[in-house]
Amino acid sequence: MAAISTVPSAGPISGSRSFLNRLRDGDEIARLITFLFAGSVVLVTVLLIFELWRESVLPRHKFGLHFLFTRVWDPIADQFGALPFIYGTLVTATVSLVIAVPLGIGAAIFLAELAPARLSDALEFFIDLLAAVPSVIYGLLGVFIVVPLMRDYVQPALKNTLGFLPLFTGPAYGIGFLTAGIVLAIMVIPYIISVSREVLMSVPRDQREAALGLGSTRWESTWKVVVPFARTGIMGSIFLALARALGETMAVTMVIGNTPTISASLLSPGYSIAAVIANEFTEATGDLYLQALIELGLVLFLLTFLLNGMARLLIVLTSQRGGGTVNA
Amino acid sequence: MKRIAGSFLAALTVVLTVVVFAHAALSINGAGATFPYPMYSKWFDEYQKKNPSVQINYQSIGSGGGIKQVTEGTVDFGASDGPMNDEQLKAFQEKHGFGILHFPTVLGAVVPTYNIPGVTSALNFTPDALAGIFLGKITKWNDPTIAGANKGVSLPGNDIVVVHRSDGSGTTYVWTDYLSKVSDEWKNKVGKGTSVNWPVGLGGKGNEGVTGQIKNAPNSIGYVELIYAVSNNIPYGSVKNSSGAFVKADLTSVSAAAAAAAKTMPDDFRVSITDPPGKTAYPIASFTWLLIPEKFSDAAKRDAIKGFLTWMLADGQGYAEQLSYAKLPKEVVAKEEKALAKVQ
Repeated sequence: MAAISTVPSAGPISGSRSFLNRLRDGDEIARLITFLFAGSVVLVTVLLIFELWRESVLPRHKFGLHFLFTRVWDPIADQFGALPFIYGTLVTATVSLVIAVPLGIGAAIFLAELAPARLSDALEFFIDLLAAVPSVIYGLLGVFIVVPLMRDYVQPALKNTLGFLPLFTGPAYGIGFLTAGIVLAIMVIPYIISVSREVLMSVPRDQREAALGLGSTRWESTWKVVVPFARTGIMGSIFLALARALGETMAVTMVIGNTPTISASLLSPGYSIAAVIANEFTEATGDLYLQALIELGLVLFLLTFLLNGMARLLIVLTSQRGGGTVNA
Repeated sequence: MKRIAGSFLAALTVVLTVVVFAHAALSINGAGATFPYPMYSKWFDEYQKKNPSVQINYQSIGSGGGIKQVTEGTVDFGASDGPMNDEQLKAFQEKHGFGILHFPTVLGAVVPTYNIPGVTSALNFTPDALAGIFLGKITKWNDPTIAGANKGVSLPGNDIVVVHRSDGSGTTYVWTDYLSKVSDEWKNKVGKGTSVNWPVGLGGKGNEGVTGQIKNAPNSIGYVELIYAVSNNIPYGSVKNSSGAFVKADLTSVSAAAAAAAKTMPDDFRVSITDPPGKTAYPIASFTWLLIPEKFSDAAKRDAIKGFLTWMLADGQGYAEQLSYAKLPKEVVAKEEKALAKVQ
């Protein structure tokens, strides 16, 4: 008996002992407990979707899939459609990533590869500080600093130079998709820099040294060897940023204009899913109205799910191709 | 083992102490409208100073939230800027088996505020002008409908930027209630409610959000509670009332609006006082109500609430004006004191 109990159980082989017998090993208990922790996360997600589904039954029955394609949001006439909010959420998230990704990855590369160690650590402190700032503060920053800048300088300049594009037409209110995208970009850059810097710093030194040994310049070794090696981690940081941009509520509602419109122009005011839920949930009178807002929550959840799934797929596809280049 | 026993004993002592102290005061919970929150806050505070055994907690989560929570039973009373409609009353009745009563507390007014570069005087707005602007049909400041009422003021030909509330609110309810009364087109196209499908305009969150938008955007117009316009020093206009006079909102004109309605006040106090008769009445005013269930299973709570309401109708009204809320007219107070008997 003593001999059997000191043999550590490992994977498939452990099927030869009974479960209760295996439980006497610390290993098996640890495995069980950590599995329960992991399982609880999945359980919470499933429960969340279940609750959102259950509590949005009225609008689902009334509107069906049309809910996703209708533009009207009229609480008095009981007509609800998610399209303007989906559009606003996607547009602001896209604008924020277009601005934040180049800046963030560029900064991360500088901090990880090109900056002296002390400067890198000092700047990292500030970046972590920025990441911890509550979103309401960013909203105030947006309202008092970004919006006047946009209204008085940036938007008129854009209209004068690029006004022929449908992207920059319409009155310059200062608030709108572009401003919301910019504020979101400021919010997500610290995440991209932080995670990308960690990932870049963890690339093994021999990769860099091998590249330099083969005669590449500092920049060539960084851009062509180190960054592709860290590609998965960098993309992970972008998805983290995307998740925050999709779900951000307070900062967005303060600068987006809160008007459910769909417009090609980035200068136009708009609305996002998180903003409309935050604005209208507490005062929603009537079951259909309330449940329509919950259904919007479900739509946001599914949107995030879909985008993350696509992102993961992208990682898998590119690492299959990229893995070949690095290992060769 | 000794350490465990010791710490258990300490924890037990702490818990018991907390429990004992918590039971010292009777705790009553309410939730609802944000507009009267400064007033209620002051009242509950003053009332507790006079009656230390009663502690009233109020959460300003919005009128809709107040109605929902009092119907669910999570709070003892609610508060709303707009009266409960028949459907909501029925829902409460069905859930609890008894009804819910409305008790007006103070009066508020909603004013049109604007920011037009170069215009510092108070503009006059006719009902047609306001409806036209918010419907999106009047698009420039120098439109004849606006200019006609403001001879002597040079209005620019700039586009009007309309600002409204993005969140559901009692202020919106009062504003749209008024517009529905003075404009058939508004009534049919948009309707009245705490949240509506606005034909035009930018949305600001809360009275503060709208005020902020107006202050920062030239050529804008919006609607806010009188108190916000006064304390933020933004110009607000006079509105033409049903007698044809242009009246600016202040405590006197708001009380005049209520006095006119006091004579025909229904027994359940659910009345809209927008567009009232009366030469000095301000047309966009409203009561705000406390929602008190008809029956309380806990006699101590019932007595505490009735005690508070009695105090509120007498001494409480004295605090209203210093916070820029208008007092209830005497007739309404008398009627409410009689209605208190209905709370059992």
